[in-house]
Amino acid sequence: MTTLNRRNLLKGAGAVGAMSATGLLDFAKAWAQTMKWKPEANATLNVLRWKRFVQAEDDQFMKIVAAFSQATGVKMNISSESFDDMQPKASVAANTGQGPDIAWGLHSLPHLFPEKCLEVGDVADYLGKKYGGWFPAPEATCKAKGKWIAIPTAVNGGYINYRISSIKKAGFSTFPDKTDSFLELCKAMKANNTPAGFALGHASGDGNAWIHWLLWSHGSYLVDDKEKIIINSPETVKALEYAKKLTDTFIPGCASWNDSSNNKAFLAGDLHLTANGISIYVGAKADKALNPIAEDMDHARFPVGPIGKPQELQLTFPMLAFKYTKVPNAAKAFMAFVLEAENYNPWLEAAGGYLSHPLMSYDTNPVWTKDPKNAVFKDAARNTLPASGIGPVNEKAAAAIADFLMLDMVANYCTGREDIKGAIAIAERQAKRIYR
Amino acid sequence: MAHNAVGRPQASFQRTERSLMQRLSNDRNWLGAAFMVPAAVILIMFLAYPLGKGVWLSFTDAKIGRDGVFIGLENYEWLSDDKIFWLSVFNTLFYTVIASVIKFLVGLYLALLLNEKLPFKSLIRSIVLIPFVVPTVLSAIAFWWIYDSQFSIISWSLKNMGLITENIDFLGNPDNARLSLIFANIWRGVPFIAITLLAGLQTVSPSLYEAATLDGATRWQNFRFVTFPLLTPIIAVVMTFSVLFTFTDFQLVWAMTRGGPVNATHLMATLGYQRAILAGNLGEGAAISTAMIPFLLFAIMVSWFGLQRRKWQQGGSDE
Repeated sequence: MTTLNRRNLLKGAGAVGAMSATGLLDFAKAWAQTMKWKPEANATLNVLRWKRFVQAEDDQFMKIVAAFSQATGVKMNISSESFDDMQPKASVAANTGQGPDIAWGLHSLPHLFPEKCLEVGDVADYLGKKYGGWFPAPEATCKAKGKWIAIPTAVNGGYINYRISSIKKAGFSTFPDKTDSFLELCKAMKANNTPAGFALGHASGDGNAWIHWLLWSHGSYLVDDKEKIIINSPETVKALEYAKKLTDTFIPGCASWNDSSNNKAFLAGDLHLTANGISIYVGAKADKALNPIAEDMDHARFPVGPIGKPQELQLTFPMLAFKYTKVPNAAKAFMAFVLEAENYNPWLEAAGGYLSHPLMSYDTNPVWTKDPKNAVFKDAARNTLPASGIGPVNEKAAAAIADFLMLDMVANYCTGREDIKGAIAIAERQAKRIYR
Repeated sequence: MAHNAVGRPQASFQRTERSLMQRLSNDRNWLGAAFMVPAAVILIMFLAYPLGKGVWLSFTDAKIGRDGVFIGLENYEWLSDDKIFWLSVFNTLFYTVIASVIKFLVGLYLALLLNEKLPFKSLIRSIVLIPFVVPTVLSAIAFWWIYDSQFSIISWSLKNMGLITENIDFLGNPDNARLSLIFANIWRGVPFIAITLLAGLQTVSPSLYEAATLDGATRWQNFRFVTFPLLTPIIAVVMTFSVLFTFTDFQLVWAMTRGGPVNATHLMATLGYQRAILAGNLGEGAAISTAMIPFLLFAIMVSWFGLQRRKWQQGGSDE
C-alpha cells in the first residue's frame, strides 16, 4: 500500500514540478478552486486498483494522485491487487460494506453488485460533454438500468502480437485480415516451427479476449438482446470447427496457460504469434537483451470472420465508488480529476499504448502516432463490444465471463474432451443456470 | 440506629450472595458448564455460525452484495444435473483417495526410517518437515514453474539427457494435470504424517519388541502385531486430518491451474469459490460447499469407527 504523508507529498510535488513548467500541481490547484464536487472535511480516500503492468503508467498515476491530494487536502491511500484478486476483494467489500472507497477493477465488475455502487452520472456527464463523448462499449459497461454506476477510465486493448520475420517466412507480406487466411498463416507458421499460441486455460484477460473474438466473428453469441440463450446455433458449430483447426496449429501447453504464460513464451522466442496487450512490446523495448524481439514484432487487429465485421472483446477498467463511502464527493472529484486532459494525456502517454481512452477527444494523444506499432491499440475502446456481446450488460453477463463459460466450451472441444454437441450442451446448460 | 438499620440488611444480602457463590463454586455441574462457556462461544461464533450460515445460503439465491430469498433445493437441483459439478466431485474424490493413500504409505515408511538409529537424526527430522513449513502458495508457485509448459526444469533436463524430444505438457493435459497436482499435494502432506506417526512410534515400549523377539517374531511380525496395532489410534487421527485437508484443498490447485485445463482439476472447493466469489452466485457456491459435508462426515466416520474400535485401546478388553 502506498500511503501519502506530508513527506511523500513533497516528493510527489517535486516530481510534478519537474515534469513541466506549469506543472500538474498548478493545474490541480486551479482545478480545485472551481471543482464541482467539494471533498468532505478531512477526507481520506482509499483506492484499490489493479496492479500495474507498465511501471511508467503507475508512476504517472501516482503523480496525479499526489497533485490531487495536495490541491484538495484529501488524504489518499492507494493499494493494488493483481487482476485475479481485484474482483474477490471488491466483492467482499461490497458484501460487507467495509473496505476501500473506490475500487478500480476490470470488465463488468460494477455489474456484480450494481446496487452497492455510488451513482456517478454527474461525473460521467461532465466528462462526456467536455471530452467529445464516451465510446459505446465502455459506456454500456459502466451503466446499469440507464444509470452510471462507474466511470470507464481506460480500456486495455488486446490484439495480435506477431514476429514480422516469422509471418514473412510463412509467405505473408502483410498480416491477414480474414479468418481463413489467418488459419493458413498459423498452419504455415507451425510447419516452420515458429508456432502461434493463445491461452486456453482459465486466463481471464487473454483467454477471454481471443475466444470471444473467435466466437463473435463467426456470429456465435451466448444470449441475444432479450437474454434468450442462443449459444446452441449453427454459427457456434462453425466457430468451434474453426477453433479446432486453429488450436491444432498452436504450440503445446496452451490449455494450461494463464495470463502471463504467453508473455513469457513470446519473450523467450518460443512463441511467434499470440493475442496480448502491448505489454510484450513494451517489455521487449525496455530490456536491451530483448530489443531484437521488439524490432522484429508488430501488432495487428483480429481478422474479420464470416459475419464480415470486426468483433473484439477488450478489457475495460471501470472505476467505481461504493455507496458506503463516507466521502462520496471526494471520490467523485478524484474520478473527474483523473480524466481531465492535463492529467489524462500524460498518463495515457506514459502507459505507452497499454491503455486506450474511452473519451473520444483523446484520439489525438501523441502516443498513437509516435510509434506506428502502437497505432492498432488506439481504437480498442471504439471497436470493442461490451463483455456481454450483443446481450445486455448485467450481473449475469459478468457471471458468465467470470465462470469461463465460453472459454471452457472452446477448450472442451479443442482439447478433445467433448465433441461439438457435448461442448455446446455443457455451455448451454451453464448459461441456463446463470440466466435462470 | 439508622445506620445500623441500613447496614444490617446489606450485610445479610452479602451473606446470601456469598453463600450463593459458594454454593455455585461447589456445584460441579454448574462449574463444568461455566468453564465450557468460553469454548462454546468460540465454537459457536467461529464454527457453528459460519457453517449454519453457509448451509442457509445454499437454500437461497444470494448474490454478492444482495441478500437472497429462500428458494428451497433449487441450487441443489441445478447441481444434480451439472456435468462440471459432478466432474469436480469426481476430481475431489480421485485427488483425496490417491493422495491420501500414497501420503500414508510414504509417511509411514519415512516415520519407520526416522525411528531407526541414524546419524544426524534431529537434523534429518527437521529437514523432512520443510515442505510442510513452506507456505502452500509458495510451494504451489514453485511447482507451477517446475510444471511450466515451456520452461519446466523436468522437461529441460530430460530433453538434455536425450530422453524426450518435446516438452511434457504437465498442466495442459487433463490426466497429467491431475497427477501433477497430486504429486505436489503428496510432497507437501507427507511430512505431517511422517512426523506425527514418528511421535506415535516413540510411545511404543521397547520391551514389547523384546518380548516379541524372544517369542521368535520376525521384523515383519514385529511391525504387523506390535507396531501397527499400537499405532492405529494415531493413524486414525492423522489420517482423519490428512483426508480432511486433502479433500478441502484449495491453494495448491488455485495457484497452479485455477481448475483448468477444461475443469479437469476443479475440486469442489475451487469450483465453489469460482461460482460464489468470482461469478457472484453465493447461493450456488454455498450449495457446492455444503455438498462437501456428507463426504467429510463419511471420511471421519470411517477413520474413527474403522480404526478405533478396539476396546482395549480405550481401557476395555477385546473379546
